[in-house]
Amino acid sequence: MSEYAIEMLHITKRFPGIIANDDVTLQLRKGEIHALLGENGAGKSTLMSVLFGLYQAEEGEIRKDGKVVHITSPNVANDLGIGMVHQHFKLVECFTVLDNIILGVETTKGPFLEKSEARKKVMALSEKYGLQVDPDAKIEDITVGMQQRTEILKMLYRDNEILIFDEPTAVLTPQEIEELMAIMKNLAAEGKSILFISHKLNEILEVSDRCSVLRKGKYIGTVNTKDSTAESLSAMMVGRNVNFHVEKQPCHPGDTVLSVRHMSVASKAHKKMAVNDVSLDVRAGEIVCIAGIDGNGQTEFVYGLSGLEPLAGGTISLNGKDITKASIRQKSVGGMSHIPEDRHKHGLVLDYSLEDNIILQNYFEPRFTKHGFLRRKAIREHAEKLIEQYDVRSGQGPITTARSMSGGNQQKAIVAREIDREPELLIAVQPTRGLDVGAIEYIHKQIVAQRDAGKAVLLVSLELDEVMDVSDRILVMYEGEIVGEFDPKTTTVEELGLYMAGAKRKEM
Amino acid sequence: MTTLISYTIFFASVLMLVALGGCFSEHSGVINLGLEGVMVFGALGGALGMRYLANMPPFMMVVCCMLMAVLFGMVYSLLLAVAAINFKADQTLVGTAMNLLGTAGATVIVKALNMAADPNNTSSEIVYVQAKKYFMVNILGLEISYLMFAAVVLLVISYLVLYRTRFGLRLQACGEHPQAAASVGINVFKMRYAGVLISGFLGGLGGLMYILGGVSQWKFEVGVAGFGFLSLAVMIFGQWKPLRIAAVALLFGLFRSLSNTYNAFPFLVNLNLPGSVYNMLPYIVSLVVLALTSKNSHAPKAEGIPYDKGMR
Repeated sequence: MSEYAIEMLHITKRFPGIIANDDVTLQLRKGEIHALLGENGAGKSTLMSVLFGLYQAEEGEIRKDGKVVHITSPNVANDLGIGMVHQHFKLVECFTVLDNIILGVETTKGPFLEKSEARKKVMALSEKYGLQVDPDAKIEDITVGMQQRTEILKMLYRDNEILIFDEPTAVLTPQEIEELMAIMKNLAAEGKSILFISHKLNEILEVSDRCSVLRKGKYIGTVNTKDSTAESLSAMMVGRNVNFHVEKQPCHPGDTVLSVRHMSVASKAHKKMAVNDVSLDVRAGEIVCIAGIDGNGQTEFVYGLSGLEPLAGGTISLNGKDITKASIRQKSVGGMSHIPEDRHKHGLVLDYSLEDNIILQNYFEPRFTKHGFLRRKAIREHAEKLIEQYDVRSGQGPITTARSMSGGNQQKAIVAREIDREPELLIAVQPTRGLDVGAIEYIHKQIVAQRDAGKAVLLVSLELDEVMDVSDRILVMYEGEIVGEFDPKTTTVEELGLYMAGAKRKEM
Repeated sequence: MTTLISYTIFFASVLMLVALGGCFSEHSGVINLGLEGVMVFGALGGALGMRYLANMPPFMMVVCCMLMAVLFGMVYSLLLAVAAINFKADQTLVGTAMNLLGTAGATVIVKALNMAADPNNTSSEIVYVQAKKYFMVNILGLEISYLMFAAVVLLVISYLVLYRTRFGLRLQACGEHPQAAASVGINVFKMRYAGVLISGFLGGLGGLMYILGGVSQWKFEVGVAGFGFLSLAVMIFGQWKPLRIAAVALLFGLFRSLSNTYNAFPFLVNLNLPGSVYNMLPYIVSLVVLALTSKNSHAPKAEGIPYDKGMR
């Protein structure tokens, strides 16, 4: 018997114009937790898609228990005992937990479904591995953590031996992450082999036995986790040393720039308020961060602030001027900059050129418009200046279509545009989402530079590392309300987690 | 009173059958806006059966006509399946086109057949006085067609299939989250074809049933007078659930039958409303109901969205 549960040997997968996987080898031992580390675009997803039968590799082979197998479709992967918890859960929201688990492998009696055996098996599995779920609860009613446990039970119910976790911690609270880590260790101890895809170094260090690193489609190497440090892994991942810690001076807050009083925003998803009676101030020269789990009203709060959604109540003032009823243009001209959460939906017109995207908010100024016609030459010069200054990389410079640019460079273009307008207030919502370490470092530096230049910065982030590193003051949002204010120097991730999960709250 | 009841049952069973058809299609993830057209073709199939098979033994003829209606409905709904599932066309547009084509196509076919039989006959009418009688049975003074029994049986079957069988579970998964269904090895394309074809089956049968109500000939120029659309309203008001759909169909059927029978009720006559008000009633009710209920609608989440493997 081979010591490996699954081996992917010398896998090469090409797409038109790009080699997604270039001679990549990954060997998963039985009963180990093996981390797969790499930046966005390093080829992790492609490699897993090859393993899962979604793509066929041009070169290389896959072996299971030492025997060569041909995985031509996800069904073949299922039959081989390979299961995957996808980053975006594959659960039917209006079905019960039990129905989701049995979907595709239902047992029947005559023409009808027979679920009592399935229920017994699910209960036994959840007992054995400590995966508490209510089999009759509907997916839409349970927490993200429970949804993930449902996904894990789905694999276990199918008797999968090889479990792939694709970025499983992105959507969880710190406490839920702890639980997941314990579950994964438990599964490995029971003999399951686990592939853990992540770019979060501390999690990899905590839970995995070995770690394979990919960079730009190439296989860099495999190391024993216990011999590694965050620095050594990140150097392998990006190919140079990265400064994790955001360098910044103590902050010296000045006058209040943004003042929000009793703001409420109606929800589109339910009858309650998405944002309920929120009051906060942001002063010049400080970075205030709103932390919280996705879907607790942060998005709606920023929509209300920026004018994308109407307010149900409350007032907003900027530099002492009431802008509650001001239009988006008035807010923008009045000194509010907004790096939106969804750069494709609200940040860029994807089919416009880079230069047109850069002047979206000030095309009407005399320097870009004369007698109603755009001054193309001035626009080109302005775009070229920003591209140079902010190192926005693209295929054809100012005339590149925004859609064809990489996510990191799209984000840089937005950051360049918003910062160049020299705002009084910079609102940045998840500015580093989906970006690689290098780009994150760059964007954090820009945000801190704005603060140091005396601007007020409101940062909304789901990443606790970012929250702790970048901000000067932390506000935790839970179910549309601010439930606590913290100083990043004196609080801990664990403490924040309790507030984010609604387990504790302060009287504000 | 008996007329009101018999009309109500009649309209309700047509609406229910067709709405159930829409319900299957939508649960698979395909919006079948073309039910009106499907009904017309089902009616055409049935009417042709009644015309050309009138000499068969009554029972055989009834069965064959139903099969014809079902077959015509299913073949016609294939248009939607191919366009929406294989070619990922916009389902609203395809459905609308099917409705336009349904009435027009049936008219052309019937006119061609009529003229071939008698060059002077350019009408789009099919007469089926004798054949129709075989469909009807008199119970307690109510004229009821056998199809209404079929409708009740189909309601029960629909409920069981959707909620109690493997097929139903998988079908609904495809309408809610096709990527999730595919990830556990379900063939989304096949399931969606099944959903659309079932809607053709039920819609076609509903079409035949509709032209058997009250009259003994059908002019295909008039189509089915918006019953396909009304059925969609019934389906939405019924929240895509078979039993609710049946209840809503009864309610709509009652409103619709008032326009035929309001003369029999002195207090309605005393209201002195023009007859067209009663004719409009079901449509007005459906507008109001849809406007009020659309906010809390439990439509299948992925309906109307072509299935794309690459999407997450």
